[in-house]
Amino acid sequence: MDVIVTDIAIVGAGGAGLRAAIEVAEQNPSLKIALISKVFPMRSHTVAAEGGAAGVVKPNDSFDLHFDDTVSGGDWLCDQDAVDLFVRAAPEELTRMEHWGCPWSRDADGRVAVRAFGGMKTERTWYAADKSGFHMLHTLFQTSLKYPSITRYDEFYSTELLVEEKRCTGLVAIELRSGKLVAFRAKAVILATGGAGRVFPFTTNGAIKTGDGMAMAYRAGVPLKDMEFVQYHPTGLPGTGILITEGARGEGGLLTNRDGYRYLQDYGLGPPDPWPRNKAMELGPRDRLSQAFWHEQQKGRTVETPFGDAVNLDIRHLGEKKIDERLPMVRELAISYVGIDPVHAPIPVRPVVHYTMGGIDTDIDAATPLPGLFAAGECACVSINGANRLGSNSLAEILVFGARAGRSAIAFAQANPHGSERAAKARADEAQAKIRALFLNDGTESAPALRRAMNETMESGVGIFRTEESLQQSCAVLADLRTRFAQVRLEDRSNVFNTDLVQVLELGAMLDVAQTMAEAALTRTESRGSHQRLDYPKRDDEDFLAHSIASYSSGERPAIGSRNVVITRSRPGERIYGGGGS
Amino acid sequence: MSETITIRVLRYDPDKDAEPRFDDFIVPYRDEWVVLDALAYIKEVLDPSLAYRGSCHMAVCGSCGMMINRQPKLACHSFIRDYRGQLVTVEPLDHFPIERDLIVDQDGFIEKLSSLYPYLVTEHDKPLSEGPNLQTPAQLAAFRPFTQCINCLLCYAACPQVAINEAFSGPAALAIAHRYNRDSRDSGEELRSEITDSHHGVWDCTFVGACSEVCPKNVDPAAAIQRTKISASFRWLKARLLPGGTP
Repeated sequence: MDVIVTDIAIVGAGGAGLRAAIEVAEQNPSLKIALISKVFPMRSHTVAAEGGAAGVVKPNDSFDLHFDDTVSGGDWLCDQDAVDLFVRAAPEELTRMEHWGCPWSRDADGRVAVRAFGGMKTERTWYAADKSGFHMLHTLFQTSLKYPSITRYDEFYSTELLVEEKRCTGLVAIELRSGKLVAFRAKAVILATGGAGRVFPFTTNGAIKTGDGMAMAYRAGVPLKDMEFVQYHPTGLPGTGILITEGARGEGGLLTNRDGYRYLQDYGLGPPDPWPRNKAMELGPRDRLSQAFWHEQQKGRTVETPFGDAVNLDIRHLGEKKIDERLPMVRELAISYVGIDPVHAPIPVRPVVHYTMGGIDTDIDAATPLPGLFAAGECACVSINGANRLGSNSLAEILVFGARAGRSAIAFAQANPHGSERAAKARADEAQAKIRALFLNDGTESAPALRRAMNETMESGVGIFRTEESLQQSCAVLADLRTRFAQVRLEDRSNVFNTDLVQVLELGAMLDVAQTMAEAALTRTESRGSHQRLDYPKRDDEDFLAHSIASYSSGERPAIGSRNVVITRSRPGERIYGGGGS
Repeated sequence: MSETITIRVLRYDPDKDAEPRFDDFIVPYRDEWVVLDALAYIKEVLDPSLAYRGSCHMAVCGSCGMMINRQPKLACHSFIRDYRGQLVTVEPLDHFPIERDLIVDQDGFIEKLSSLYPYLVTEHDKPLSEGPNLQTPAQLAAFRPFTQCINCLLCYAACPQVAINEAFSGPAALAIAHRYNRDSRDSGEELRSEITDSHHGVWDCTFVGACSEVCPKNVDPAAAIQRTKISASFRWLKARLLPGGTP
């Protein structure tokens, strides 16, 4: 087995991982950085983010307003010290992106333009047309090429963390090109592996978003926090789940039902002004909009399409010029994938799994409870997103907390030596033995069949609305799948680019993550943000103003505990949208 | 029996195969499917050992470039309805070494890109306290088309020069260099000219324009290269004619 010795290992090379790597390279060029990803950096799913990144920049805006929007948007499950830090750091980080060349869209006077976004009281979302994530990712990737201390390990699939005497000392990864297992010995490790939308069948998430980092941390004894909070984006294309950005509504897009009626006014989001009103109607938060769709569907007022029920997203009134300037990708995607030109017809859309609010338990310095292990981005839960993330906070989050993770990892790496080579090798040998067992044992369970069963039970039991019964059922199915997974069959026994092996390992990760989502949802007998229980429709601050903490125990269901939310200055109140909120 | 379509896929596993071969797979025909969906079906149902790259399924991550009926295409943006009644032949991108099946070695591209200073070069670091640079919409428009490159490498597969000259920087890398050269905030053109103006930079391009034709994002690398040639000619003249220039 190859052993690579580095100072800081970063797993995941999307927005958060690249930002962390650059921070380390800039702050301490003498530290060796291994940037490890299962894909080339520019394939990371940051690339698919469209609408923009939030950061206070206009004179009529303030940190307090961004704080309030974020905390109420998250239904008071956000840690307020983290939100405070986040809103203050975001503009600086977005400015830094500008200095690195990010092609932000501009106002006529040359200043960076901002647009309205769901749940935000004022325009504060920086955007690069409707490819903001794409431009941020490529800017970060290309900028990262400047730094000789960053060594990239592209297409290395990380399988587990090295833990020695309760400290993270590296990780084990498979070099996909050769099939060889490689041990990375590092003084500090940062996980930036993204979310886990692929546990659901219908998602905006690319095929790579399988929760690998979450599962790696979880199995190493680091809890996963608030996993029951899964965001449905209200506007995905039926069939493929391709994202149609909230920016479309930020620019003035309207949602109508089969009767051409702006149904959101029936769900506390009115009045239905003809112009965009912040925090109202189409600019309400994602959880409320996705839930409103479900109610419309129950009432039979949605539009039938060959790929399920939908509502109409109408941007025709923006006109071709504005659509091409602000929303060119929306137009291109709608034409290509549903055969509709939004200049001439409304786009059919429906809610689609988009984002995991929960993730690896970290503090505001991106540190996990396991010394030497840090996490940032969608794989982490700081938590600034609480029970419902506001659109455009996550592109800012990957920068703010990616950079913080970098700084925290530097401090840790400077204060701690490497773990022992012998312990690393022993752990890596164990990891190798597990993979070898997949090659040697003739398993009986089909990985695609297990994955389909997982997808189905997550959708039927752990979707937009949940009940005790649906969750019990899903928890039982997932526990059974977890047992069956021990007998999974690896079909491809070759070494070079064994993507069957990768998919089997990803499935193992997804099953762990799915279990934490379902079990945490079962435990939370209240409704808050994106977690809606038909049997417990009210928020219950008495018992549940707390994070859920899911801990791993081998072969068992996760143990679900809780931890108090950090409240500094905003007492839980009513979330007010519509006429009263703007 | 419901309609099907045959997908012929190039297969190659360096551990087992002396030569690449083709395998035919009969998959269900579905109007809304792209070739990437058909490959996923093959992998899930017919042959789990099939190796290919793909992720976003919305033509932005650039993973799934491959030759489809001999044309460089994104598999996620190529609908099988456009091939109805035909055999669909899928091969790895031309002009790259095959690693396995549809997966090619892209390291060469990243090396070429890295050599071109593909980031904003400024004379001094601007402090964050000074806030963002001003850049008018017109200044943005001057380089914005060249920011759209998703690094899918279809242009390398289309380029006849890449085929015969391994050292050529190639369309995407030169387009990205041009993107920074045209950016009002950048002053790195001279630095990049070491490579762009060199033999394996823009002068290797024979202006066939195939790169721009196949680009799924309308980047027009051919235009980027032609414009760089003009700038390079001026630099060459300037260096020889102006006082202090190199004779």
